[in-house]
Amino acid sequence: MRIDHLMVEQWIQQNSRVLDLGCGDGTLLSHLQANKNVHGYGLDINAENIVRCVENGVNVIEQNIEEGLYNFDDQSFDTVIMSQTLQTMHNPDKVLEEMLRVGKQCIVTFPNFGHWKARFHLALNGRMPVSDILPYEWYNTPNIHFCTFRDFEVLCEALKLKVLNREVIATQSSGAFLRSVWPNLFGETALYRVTK
Amino acid sequence: MPDNFAQDSVGLVTPQTFHFDEPLILACGRTLQSYDLIVETYGELNPQKTNAVLICHALSGHHHAAGFHHADDKKPGWWDAYIGPGKPLDTNKFFIVSLNNLGGCHGSTGPTSIDPDSGKPYGANFPNLRVRDWVHSQARLMERFGIKQWAAVVGGSLGGMQAMRWSLEYPDRVRHCVVIASAMKLTAQNIAFNETARRAIMTDHNYNDGDYLQHQTLPQEGLSIARMIGHITYLSDDGMGQKFGRELRSGSFAQGIEEPVEFQIQSYLRYQGENFSKSFDANTYILMTRALDYFDLAREYNDDAAQAFRQAQSKFLVISFTSDWRFAPERSREIINALMKADRDVVYAEIESPYGHDAFLVPQQVRYWDLLTTYMQKIEVSC
Repeated sequence: MRIDHLMVEQWIQQNSRVLDLGCGDGTLLSHLQANKNVHGYGLDINAENIVRCVENGVNVIEQNIEEGLYNFDDQSFDTVIMSQTLQTMHNPDKVLEEMLRVGKQCIVTFPNFGHWKARFHLALNGRMPVSDILPYEWYNTPNIHFCTFRDFEVLCEALKLKVLNREVIATQSSGAFLRSVWPNLFGETALYRVTK
Repeated sequence: MPDNFAQDSVGLVTPQTFHFDEPLILACGRTLQSYDLIVETYGELNPQKTNAVLICHALSGHHHAAGFHHADDKKPGWWDAYIGPGKPLDTNKFFIVSLNNLGGCHGSTGPTSIDPDSGKPYGANFPNLRVRDWVHSQARLMERFGIKQWAAVVGGSLGGMQAMRWSLEYPDRVRHCVVIASAMKLTAQNIAFNETARRAIMTDHNYNDGDYLQHQTLPQEGLSIARMIGHITYLSDDGMGQKFGRELRSGSFAQGIEEPVEFQIQSYLRYQGENFSKSFDANTYILMTRALDYFDLAREYNDDAAQAFRQAQSKFLVISFTSDWRFAPERSREIINALMKADRDVVYAEIESPYGHDAFLVPQQVRYWDLLTTYMQKIEVSC
């Protein structure tokens, strides 16, 4: 199981109601159903993902989250998750506000653009970073709104959100110490649990 | 089975007629003392009887959904593209039951049948039916087969309405409900099209207040126009444009030529209308369009669709098509929003398609095929 999914799972209550925005092939929801007995729905717009979700036995709705969550009532989910999708949104701030209107708590994960490799790539090569975790060129990337941990926290402050937990993940184990000291420099993926 | 059928065809099929003597009390208050239902089945019912799928037909459908009645039939059943060995409704896995609904004109009791009270055809005196009447008659058919629970009830358009009603009327008898290009109720515009079609029939001087069979006339002109109106609304503007454009069938716009021109679309529509009017009963058309108009899933649940769906125990697959403006994707989104509010399991997809409302019948649409196949394959039949 993916480490970021394991961490998300820790923050999910047993038997709770979960909405997963940009649910991909439904792997995360499928784990949460099996391990936490959640009742969940995933939203996605990719045809292939929707079929994979059906194979994985999760509820999936074809819906573009950029157009808002107008069809969901206030506080109708215990948790709204957005995993590795915030940076692809045209209006990340509005999406985050919508998530917190619909969910009692929200879990957001995103790639940290403040990671030292990204900084070095840009500083030394003068070009937008391309790496294992961010394999796209600037012109074809779906990731249009990159941010760093610090940027995200500034947004949380502006939206008056409470950060309940923050975690960072680095794939290299040698980075464990460094990322605990300088998360914004050595963390590759950020995970936040926020509420209003 | 003869060798000349495709490997994924159910081949030759023979309809069976089931007679029911137990009176059926209808939603309108009248009672059918006895009635027949004509039925086709495809595939084998397993010993535990857990692999049965009910197909509910739409406005002009009938029991002949797949295969051929005769080796030299030109066309197979109306949903043959999706029913057969290895197809989404896989007859290697499922036992598929397809019937002509009550009020139909293909062998089940309907307006063309003889009313035992008068000894004459029912005609316009055939009771008005609602979707729930069909569901109750289908439940009796199910008992006749000894089936306790459908693995799935599947339907497009008016058929989708039956599938949804099944999930509310007999929650423990449906495991999966597949609702394609449907709606929880018709919009005013939709009712308006149906009313225009009905008026075309009723104002035909051969209609004779619905008793045309007794007068040995047929309101074919009216029924033909009704079908033409319907047909326009089942296609999309773009789809029609791609297929027919402004192509001429005959005549010319050249100067000095007086011969009137005929566009391809004109002759196509007329052909469709005329053909239909020869094979379909006008009173059935009126009855079916009224059933569409009257359907309102949530009416008896305080007009709250979520409250309605809280009755359901089945899982749902809901599918819409982008160019369908008669049963637009928005109508399907209303269904899934209510289902999510009711905390039911649901999968929803909006299939890109140029074929309008008819898309649910059109073969070779990859995404539609894949989704329906994957969903049906996931259904457990060994429980």
